[in-house]
Amino acid sequence: MRKCYFDHVATNPLHPDVLEAMMPYFKEEFGNPLSIYEYGSRAKKAIEDAREKVAGLVNAKPAEIIFTASGAESNNFALRCIALAKQNEGKHILVSRMEHHSILNSARFLEKSGFTVTYLPVDKKGFVDPDVVKKAITKETILLSVTHASSEVGTIEPLKEIVRVAKEHNIIVHTDAVATTGNIPVDVKELGVDLLSMAAHQFYGPKGAGALFIKQGLRIVPLIYGGIQETGRRAGTENVPAIVGMGKAAVLAQNELQARMDYVRPLRDRVIDTMSGVSNVFLTGDREKRLPGHVSFCVEFIEGEAMLLLLASKGIFSASGSACSSKALKASPVLLSMGVPAGLAQGSIVFSLGMGNTSGDIDYLLEEFPAVIKRLREISPFAQGWGEGEGGGACTVKK
Amino acid sequence: MKFVENVKPDVTTDIVYMMCPMHLLKLEEQIKELEQGQILEIMTDYDGALEDIPAWCEKTGNEFLGMEESADFYKFYIKKLAR
Repeated sequence: MRKCYFDHVATNPLHPDVLEAMMPYFKEEFGNPLSIYEYGSRAKKAIEDAREKVAGLVNAKPAEIIFTASGAESNNFALRCIALAKQNEGKHILVSRMEHHSILNSARFLEKSGFTVTYLPVDKKGFVDPDVVKKAITKETILLSVTHASSEVGTIEPLKEIVRVAKEHNIIVHTDAVATTGNIPVDVKELGVDLLSMAAHQFYGPKGAGALFIKQGLRIVPLIYGGIQETGRRAGTENVPAIVGMGKAAVLAQNELQARMDYVRPLRDRVIDTMSGVSNVFLTGDREKRLPGHVSFCVEFIEGEAMLLLLASKGIFSASGSACSSKALKASPVLLSMGVPAGLAQGSIVFSLGMGNTSGDIDYLLEEFPAVIKRLREISPFAQGWGEGEGGGACTVKK
Repeated sequence: MKFVENVKPDVTTDIVYMMCPMHLLKLEEQIKELEQGQILEIMTDYDGALEDIPAWCEKTGNEFLGMEESADFYKFYIKKLAR
């Protein structure tokens, strides 16, 4: 059976060149970067080389890059540790409703710790309106976190405009760029952000490697206390192979960025164009300002989980909702915040394409997916509509 | 302890929130970058620096000009003398 992996927002396969670059650091180059003899100094040099490469990918200085173990860790680090560092200046934080759980749950933790958090609403395409940001700012506001692009609906936020509004009030801006770094151009100077989270496995690097860009001069409370690793802000012996892998993946992404975007975009557009013709299948997010390999739909009258299982039985691997909520059988908060009725949000499905997908894979998907929808609708008790109850069969997401 | 006011530093290093031994490592790293006679300002909230920084200056032959206390951290001023 054909196997098609359409879940690149969950993770990407490792690029063979990345694996090759990492291998020595699993074997003979096992030194601790803090050791002063040659094993240590070679490991240290490998980390610093990787730092320069990751900095290059987002147009930062090497000293502005702190390695972490994941995008979620970077998000926790940014939100919680900036809040702690700036709490004397104010205790109000803004986060959008499009954020990943690692931002939303960090924000909830901060609320319990005495901070006030405003959750910024989004429009039906998932855009955060800079004017909404402006109105939410108070004298107490210290930090704003808005994702660069949602991995759930693919919408790329108008970050530059949002940053401009925040900067008029001297507010620190963090962005979760896990879904965008290595997939579309990401330039910290152009965006104007103070902090930016990224994860290596989103651009063909290894899992267990992430990074946080912290603008030079910005004071942040350390995430982990201990030794002097990562200038004392994130102690613990470094995951040298993963960091080396992230560096290599960053170079590849930088060199191949345009080619990768040009490769996946037409595949994505074929899926969107064809599936939009199927009745009661609605594209979520924006048609144009979306991640190049990202397709997301709400399919009316059926459940996302059922689609995932049937598609998986055909060798088609996709996701429903954000990557880590596929196990939490509930409507996605992101879709609900976009005004998608709860019933329709249950039928959410995401296909995220990557360099391993071929035109033949898309043919196969476009043949099997409508058949799966048809089969599930035949057995769905809701196939005749949602009735007079919640949602009332109406849909705020227009084709 | 020597207290000073309105010292004009040539270079400032902010290591507030960073623990021991960052204050000594950064001090050493930054002093290397300075020309003789230039002044380094170190901002830290680490109490150990109160003893360590003057002692480090004495040991290395650099001049400890003094410190200034602000709301939630200390500022230390060191003039590079040793080559």
